[in-house]
Amino acid sequence: MSLWKIAWRSIQQRALASGLTALSMTLGVALVVAVLVIYGVLDKSFKRGAQGYDMIVGAKGSPLQLVLTTVYHLGRPPGTIPYQYYLDLSPGGRFSDAVRAAVPVCVGGNYKGFRVIGTEPYYFADFEYLEGEQYEFAEGRNFNAGNYFEAVIGSTVARETGLEVGDTFRPVHGLDAEQGEEHEPFTVVGILAPTGTPNDRALFVNIEGFYLVHEHEEEDQAGGEAAGDETVAPAGATHGGDGEASSGGRPEAPGTEDEELEKLLARQMTAVLVLRKDPMSPEFDEPDVTNPLALPRLINREPDAQAVEPAQVIADLFGGIVGNVQTILLVLAVLIVIVAGIGILVSIYNSMNDRRHEIAIMRALGARRVTVMMIILCESILLAIGGGLLGVLLGHSLTWAFSPMIAEHTGVIVRPWEFQLTELILVPGLVLLATAVGYLPAVVAYRTDVAQSLTAGA
Amino acid sequence: MEESGKLLELRKVKKSFPQPDGSRLHVLDIPRFEVDAGEQLAIMGKSGCGKSTLLHLIAGISRPDSGRIMIDGWDITLFEEHECDIFRAKMVGYVFQTFNLLPGFTALENVLMGMTFGPRPPERSVVRHFFERVLWGPARAERARARRLLERVGLGHRLTHRPTQLSVGEQQRVAVARALANRPKLILADEPTANVDVGHQQQIIDLLCQTCREENVALLIVTHAPEVAEQFERIEMLEELNAVIVQ
Ligand SMILES: Nc1ncnc2c1ncn2[C@@H]1O[C@H](COP(=O)(O)OP(=O)(O)OP(=O)(O)O)[C@@H](O)[C@H]1O
Ligand SMILES: [Mg+2]
Repeated sequence: MSLWKIAWRSIQQRALASGLTALSMTLGVALVVAVLVIYGVLDKSFKRGAQGYDMIVGAKGSPLQLVLTTVYHLGRPPGTIPYQYYLDLSPGGRFSDAVRAAVPVCVGGNYKGFRVIGTEPYYFADFEYLEGEQYEFAEGRNFNAGNYFEAVIGSTVARETGLEVGDTFRPVHGLDAEQGEEHEPFTVVGILAPTGTPNDRALFVNIEGFYLVHEHEEEDQAGGEAAGDETVAPAGATHGGDGEASSGGRPEAPGTEDEELEKLLARQMTAVLVLRKDPMSPEFDEPDVTNPLALPRLINREPDAQAVEPAQVIADLFGGIVGNVQTILLVLAVLIVIVAGIGILVSIYNSMNDRRHEIAIMRALGARRVTVMMIILCESILLAIGGGLLGVLLGHSLTWAFSPMIAEHTGVIVRPWEFQLTELILVPGLVLLATAVGYLPAVVAYRTDVAQSLTAGA
Repeated sequence: MEESGKLLELRKVKKSFPQPDGSRLHVLDIPRFEVDAGEQLAIMGKSGCGKSTLLHLIAGISRPDSGRIMIDGWDITLFEEHECDIFRAKMVGYVFQTFNLLPGFTALENVLMGMTFGPRPPERSVVRHFFERVLWGPARAERARARRLLERVGLGHRLTHRPTQLSVGEQQRVAVARALANRPKLILADEPTANVDVGHQQQIIDLLCQTCREENVALLIVTHAPEVAEQFERIEMLEELNAVIVQ
């Protein structure tokens, strides 16, 4: 008989009371685990979106608003910026020294509540959605720069709308409402593999098609209201002739036709997503080369644009709001665990009266005071750890049960058995708690008067 | 340590208990009491005269007010409490009147329990002993001995029974097996047959006497029943040993 086994037997003896106290511990720990997992999900879903590009150039206004619209497809964009900034950041442009990749995005329109974003096809080639993770196509291919009405859709969009490769869809005006006029139809040519980023919930259309649509509108409405939430200002003409811009084609600062250029420059867009070069690279030792680190400052000096670093903005938001909420939830959950621990104390303490005789027998058999004390502590620890492990299982099972819902609302795929590192604190934490709450009954056991308890009978 | 050849020697042992009114109730004052190794004797005395108290003192469960209690040459009154515990686990087996067994444990586990608290065999390392006690329990050899002891008391077929599933007589037999678990030199039995019917009474007494003789263990049995006492060559009346007259 080891001390653990002796402790386990006395738990078995009072199976109902022990079970109930362990259950309360299970619930408390499950809550802690759930909070940790949810925090992990939020943390990931926020930080994931920021991957791929490290700077966003958009209209002056709230940096957070800019990040939320471009990275998370949430809320309204702060405004638009001239197309010129895209040309400035593209090869040959005035900021191009510091830029590795720049992709324009136009936010506007939705399809069945999912954002429709106009962009260039190399969005999916130039950016990794996570470090080392390239965008992949579950079906079909990337859209072709020359085919203006092609589109690529995120995995969640595909699942929920039932759109398949070859289908067409008509985006409607407005960012989230479904009412409004319908655009020209776009054809789905590819479905992205799940990324766990907000992009799973977006439709990407050829930016050229986007501009074309708005040109028609302008013609139709004769420059009517720029539709409040519509951020793509109607602009001049289309880009080049048929087939000129082929798939993967990079924009060149067009200068051949003045009219062409004029039309381009009249365009507006929501933002340019920028991946800067490594500032440590020796090329930036030259004084007349724009340093990537200086780029945001240079752009912020411009009259109608700002540059934000999404990672910084997200970290501020996350630390400021989400982090506090998590702390509050965690404190509540830990309090519940402590209450469950006190439940263990009460349960064992109440049983001590009946156990005086048992303890006296053990002492008569030669058990030391510390030994009977340890048996009680073992019992407390078994209850706490047993209940706690069940709680960890329950917590993960709950997140498993809710993972489809989480994936749907946040775009983050929760792997329910992916343990958070912080959960490891639970084990020593529970042992500590169990020792603390087991101490009082253990002292009762320690102090039991053997001779008296033996003669008192059972 | 004195060599006198006696297993147990009491010298001028006094014991009193505090009373509610503040005075002390003097229960025992034994000038001299000795038991030889392997000796078997019965102690009789009327109820409340201090028989259980005497056994508690011998077992080191409670302390005398004064005097010396020597077991196998060791004066246990000089021991620290935890030393007393270890000494008791090693030297003394105890059988009570009733409720001997721990209710949550099987017969075999009750016997093993005695070994759990027993001393570390000299050939076993401290580390191994610790792990065996705290984590995985007694070695196979100990389990085998526990099983043999239960077979010896005729309960080889009741190893996994809980005390509630055993008759009172069977429970007492388990208690006898448990008292022998650590190969003690002295067994103290406090009215082991008081709650057992006459047929089983004899069985238990026979078992105690026979196994104690075989293992060369001294047996000190407290009893009310004359038919039990008269089977022993040596019968002590506590009132005669004791200088105190308890009312
Ligand atoms: N812890 C104690 N506190 C106060 N008095 C005690 C205590 N233990 C025993 N006594 C008293 O000491 C006396 C002897 O008690 P003890 O239990 O030794 O008697 P006993 O001879 O075993 O009696 P019985 O045959 O009924 O078991 C009794 O009068 C009892 O009331
Ligand atoms: Mg008694």
